[in-house]
Amino acid sequence: MTAPFDPRPPTEHQFLLDGRPVPFTEGQTILQAARAAGLYIPSLCWDPRFAPHGSCKLCVVKAAGRHVSACATQAREGWEVESSTPEINDMRRGLLQMLFVSGEHFCPGCEKSGHCKLQALGYEFEMLGPRFPHFHPQRPVDASHPELVLDLTRCVLCELCVRASREVDHTDVFGVEGRGIHKRLVVNAPSGQLADTPIAATDLAARICPVGAILPKGRGFAVPIGERPYDRATIRAPIPGEEDTP
Amino acid sequence: MSLRPKPRIATVSLGGCFGCHMSLLDMDEQLFELLDQVELDRSPLTDIKTLAPCDIGLIEGGLCNAENVHLLQEFRVRCRILVAVGACAINGGLPAQRNTRRLGDCLREVYQFRPGLVHGQIPNDPELPLLLDQVRPLHEVVQVDYSLPGCPPSGEALRKFISDLLAGHPPRLTDGLLHYD
Repeated sequence: MTAPFDPRPPTEHQFLLDGRPVPFTEGQTILQAARAAGLYIPSLCWDPRFAPHGSCKLCVVKAAGRHVSACATQAREGWEVESSTPEINDMRRGLLQMLFVSGEHFCPGCEKSGHCKLQALGYEFEMLGPRFPHFHPQRPVDASHPELVLDLTRCVLCELCVRASREVDHTDVFGVEGRGIHKRLVVNAPSGQLADTPIAATDLAARICPVGAILPKGRGFAVPIGERPYDRATIRAPIPGEEDTP
Repeated sequence: MSLRPKPRIATVSLGGCFGCHMSLLDMDEQLFELLDQVELDRSPLTDIKTLAPCDIGLIEGGLCNAENVHLLQEFRVRCRILVAVGACAINGGLPAQRNTRRLGDCLREVYQFRPGLVHGQIPNDPELPLLLDQVRPLHEVVQVDYSLPGCPPSGEALRKFISDLLAGHPPRLTDGLLHYD
């Protein structure tokens, strides 16, 4: 998305992120400005191509005495923003622990392992074990599509596929229905099956899933353990070939 | 030489595949260094069948049946520090993949209706421990002090984790030692 043309010269402001000055222009969010300055604030549901979603809350920071989502909060002149503090990182670890027990995130059995943003965030924040009981959601697996498999037990409801299919692919394949514990990803077809939608494996919506909920068929565990992106790199660094996931 | 007794470590595999114990052996010659520092109590490596009061209990595997639960509770009572080792102890692991199915359906599928079975029937010998309806990770039944993820954790991760515990500080898995698979 491009911003509408503004003939006025952009005014440079700055705020402090963990004590380091971060320049920003009017309207930029804390997360946008931090990433532009090469500083890391974690995120799972954020993607620079779409409007902020604010659902994963992993970008939580403390600004003006309040905990806010860095992806959805516009930066303000002179703010002293805290991000990488023991308190906030512990909150992030708690959020990750909730995400892990909310679905079937059993890494050894998932083809996304080693490429998975949720897993990589667990590594980044040194999440060693669980804090909450497992939910074991009863949700279907849709293997109807010839090229894709949709495992709703792994969906973290980041809605990246929803946004990609609506705004980039223009296919409106995915949506979300229900509220609270009943909220779930749905496929926009009378049958509810992926095979009855126009989605293709090359679509952004098919490639953008940060976890193992939407996977290509016929690939399996293609890269050996030890050579997968997050076996080597941290989620802080962009990984060549993995640009489609934020 | 210190007159203090060596820390005692006990290990057990509940609903696991012994892969985590294989990783213990994977410490290779560092296993000798560890054994200089600790005394092994009940463990598949010693074949000791009773559990004395221990400093550290390493539990591999999740809770699939009633015997697993009894053993875990015994370890919790006897061990000062209890560590969930590996994916199954932490989240139920592979055995917990049956949790989205009804236990009776699983048993019938495997023991009654599997192609090629002659006179298939669900095993019901009273010696067999009763299966739980859901496979549980350890922390859903007892207080777990630390978790060491991996499927299995590497020998080096086990060595680092145990060394940290013996040194008396919270264990950390850094430098690529932290893996969930």
